[in-house]
Amino acid sequence: MTASLTALVQGGGQAAAEAGHFEPFLPGLVVLLPLLGFVINGVLALQHARASADAVRGGSELALGDSASRPATHTLPTWVGPGVMLAAFLITLVNFTRMLGAHLEEPVVVHYWTWIATGTFTVDAAIQLDQLSMVMMMVVTGVGFLIHVFSVGYMKEDPGYPRYFAYLNLFVFFMLVLVMGSSYALMFVGWEGVGLCSYLLIGYWFSDREKADAGKKAFIVNRIGDAGFLIAMFLVFSNFGSLDYVPVFHDAEGLAYAGGLVTAITLFFFVGAIGKSAQIPLYVWLPDAMAGPTPVSALIHAATMVTAGVYLVARSSVLFALAPLSSAVVAGIGVFTALFAATIALKQNDIKKVLAYSTVSQLGYMFLGVGVGAYAAGIFHLMTHAFFKALLFMGSGAVIHSMHEAYHATHSHEDPQDMRNMGGLKDAMPITWATMWVATLAIAGIWPFAGFFSKDEIIWQTAAFGGAEGAAYSALYSLYWVIALAAAMLTAFYMTRMMVMTFHGTNRTGEEEKKHLHEAPAVMWVPLAVLAVLSVFGGWVNVPEALRSAWVGGMGILPMSEWLHHWLEPVTLAAHHVQEEHLGELAHSAPFGGGEVLWATISTAAAAVVVLVSLRVVAAQRVVPVAEDETELRGIAKVLYNKYYVDEFYDRVVVQPVVRFSRFCWKVIDAVVIDGVVNAVGWAAKAFGWGVSMFQTGTVNTYAFILTVGVLFILGATLL
Amino acid sequence: MITEALVLSAVLFVVGTFGVLVRRNSIIMFLCIELQLNAVNLSLVAFSRMWGIDGQIFVFFVMTVAAAEAAVGLAIIISIFRHYETVNVDSFNLLKW
Repeated sequence: MTASLTALVQGGGQAAAEAGHFEPFLPGLVVLLPLLGFVINGVLALQHARASADAVRGGSELALGDSASRPATHTLPTWVGPGVMLAAFLITLVNFTRMLGAHLEEPVVVHYWTWIATGTFTVDAAIQLDQLSMVMMMVVTGVGFLIHVFSVGYMKEDPGYPRYFAYLNLFVFFMLVLVMGSSYALMFVGWEGVGLCSYLLIGYWFSDREKADAGKKAFIVNRIGDAGFLIAMFLVFSNFGSLDYVPVFHDAEGLAYAGGLVTAITLFFFVGAIGKSAQIPLYVWLPDAMAGPTPVSALIHAATMVTAGVYLVARSSVLFALAPLSSAVVAGIGVFTALFAATIALKQNDIKKVLAYSTVSQLGYMFLGVGVGAYAAGIFHLMTHAFFKALLFMGSGAVIHSMHEAYHATHSHEDPQDMRNMGGLKDAMPITWATMWVATLAIAGIWPFAGFFSKDEIIWQTAAFGGAEGAAYSALYSLYWVIALAAAMLTAFYMTRMMVMTFHGTNRTGEEEKKHLHEAPAVMWVPLAVLAVLSVFGGWVNVPEALRSAWVGGMGILPMSEWLHHWLEPVTLAAHHVQEEHLGELAHSAPFGGGEVLWATISTAAAAVVVLVSLRVVAAQRVVPVAEDETELRGIAKVLYNKYYVDEFYDRVVVQPVVRFSRFCWKVIDAVVIDGVVNAVGWAAKAFGWGVSMFQTGTVNTYAFILTVGVLFILGATLL
Repeated sequence: MITEALVLSAVLFVVGTFGVLVRRNSIIMFLCIELQLNAVNLSLVAFSRMWGIDGQIFVFFVMTVAAAEAAVGLAIIISIFRHYETVNVDSFNLLKW
C-alpha cells in the first residue's frame, strides 16, 4: 500500500512501469454492504414504529430515555449505519490500490447475472470498474462514511433515528449502483433510486407540510429530467443495439462528427443531467431540498447525488466530444447557472440556502468543465467540491445543532438557521469556525486550497478550448470564460459574507441563549477536521505541469502532480482523440492574452482581495436579529432576495395551469362527462327495462296472441 | 287424398288456435289446445302414408304427452278454481308488471 501511495503522488505514469494485472476485490460487496445496512436499519425502524404506535394506542408516548437506556432500535444503527459504509470504503480502497498498481487500458466488467433478456435487448447485472467509477466510488463511500459518522451526533435525539439511517444506507446503495453499473440501464436504476431516497430524506420530517411538499417538488422536477434520460436511452438502444458502455462507446467512434443523431442523444442525456444536477431551468428543487436534515444536504444535495449529471456527461465523454453543439449547450447552461445561482446566494439569510445556491453554482462550474471537453477537470472539481461542500454543510449542521439547542433551552421559537440570528459564534465553536474557514477559502479559490486548482483548471480549459484552431462558437467560449471569472468573484463574496454573519461580529442570539451555545461533540467535529485536511490538500493531485513549475505549484517543491488527469486518461482517451482530430491544438493563451500561470495568479489574487474586502464590508454592515429586522429591500437586492421570482414564475406558468387543467379534468371530464356516461348507461337500462315490462300483462291470452303472431311472422318470413 | 286430410288438419288447427285466443274459459282453452294437437296428429298420420311409419310413431308420442298434459293441466285448473272460484283467465293476472 505504501508503494501504491507513492505511485499516487508521483502520477499514474510510474505505476504503469510496474504494471500488473488488475484483480477486482469483492466489488459486489461494495454495493451490497449499504443494502445490508438498509435492511437491518429498516427492520429496526419498523420495530420502533410498532413499539411507538403501541405506546400511542396505550395512551402515552414512547420515551427514548437518556443515552444509557436507549432501546436497541436506537443504539444499533449507530454501529450498523456508519459500519457498513466503513467496510464498503475499505473494500473500495483495496480495489483502488490494486488498480493503481495495474495499468488498466480497458474497463474491467464484472458480470453477475443477466437481469433482463427480451429478444435482442439484454441488461446484465454487471459492475464496471475503471478509473472513473473508482474515483466516484472513493468519493461516495469515503465522504459518505464521514457524513454517516457526523449523522450519529446530529440525529441522536431524533425519534426516527433508525429510519434515517435506513434511508441513508439505501441512498448509498443506489448511488453505488449509479456509478458502478456497466450500462445506461443500470445507471438509470441508480438514478431513479437516488431520486427516491432524496425524496424520502427531504421529506424526512413529513409531518411538516412544507417539508413534505419540498420532497414532492424535488421528485416531480426530477421526473422532467428523467424523461430526457429515457429518450436518450431509447435513441442509444435503437442505434447501437445495446445499452452497455463498452460496445456503445466503441461503436460511437463511427458516428458522424456533429451529426444530428449524436447531438440529439447527448442533448437528451443532458436534459436528464439538468434535472438531477439542478441546473437552469430545473434547479428550483435543490434550494427547497434543504428542508431535509443537514447531513442529508451534505451527502445527497452537495457531495454525491447532484453530481450524477456530471458523472453522466463524463461517462459519455465520447458522445459529447462528437457533438460540439451539445457541448456548447452543456458549458453554456453550466456557466450561466454558476453566475445566476451565485447572485442569488448574495442576498440569502438562511445559512443552508446560501450553501444550496452555492452548490448549484459550483455544479455549474463542473458542467462548464465537462462542456469544454475537460472531463478530468470536471471530475476533479466534483471531487474537491465533495470535500469542501460536505464540510460546509456539516459545519452549518453543527451551527444549526448548537443554535437549535440554545433556543430549545430557552423555549424560544426563533429560526436557528437564519444567519441574522447568529453572529459571534466563533468563540463558542472554534473548531467548526476554523474548518469552515478552510472550506470557504477552498471554494473561493484561494491558493493553495483544493478549490483553487479545480476551479482554475476549469476556467483555464474554457479559455483554451475556445481558442482552439477548429473551435466552433469561439466567441461564445470567450464569454463563458469571462462569466466564469465573474462568478468566481461572487463566490468569494457570498461565502465570506456567510462566514462573517455566522461567526464574526457581535452575538445576536440573545444573552440567555448565548450560554447554551456549544462546540459540536467529537463525533461531529472529527469528520469536519478530516474533510478540512482534504479541502486543503485534495487539490494537489491534479496540478498541470505549467503551474507546478511556477510559484503556484511551489516551484516544484510541494508534492503536487497531474495524477488525476493521467489516471482518467483511459476513460477520456477516445473523447480526446475526437477533439484532436476536429479541433486541433488547444490555445495556450486566454482571450485577452496571458498564459495559464498569469491567469491563475490573477484569479487567486482577485479572490483573495474580494475575501479581504468583503470581510471589512460585511463586518461593517449592521445586522439585526430577524425579530428586529424591518429593513425594506429595494431594487436589485429585493429581486435577489426573492431569487429572481423564478419560483413565482414557475408557479404562474407551469404549476397553476397544471392545477387548473387537473381541476378541469376532475370537475368536468370526470365528474360530468365520465360519470355522466356511466349514469346514463344505467339510467337507459332502467328505462328500457321499464318499457319492456309493459308486455308482462299477466294475462295468458296476451301471451298466446303474441306467440301466435310471432309464429306467423316467422312462417311468413321463411315462406317469402 | 292427402290434400283433403291436410286441409282438414289445417282447418282444425286454426279453429283450435282461434279458440285459445278468443275464449276466456280455461277449460275451453284447454280443449282447444287438444284440438290443435290432434290437428297435428292428423297431418302426421296423413304424411306417414307417403313417407313411412315415422309419422305414426310421432302420433303416439303426442298422444302420450297430451294425456300427461291433460292430467297436469286439469289439476292446475282445479287448484286455481278452488282459490278463485272461477276459471276465467282474465282474473288470473297476478304476474302483471
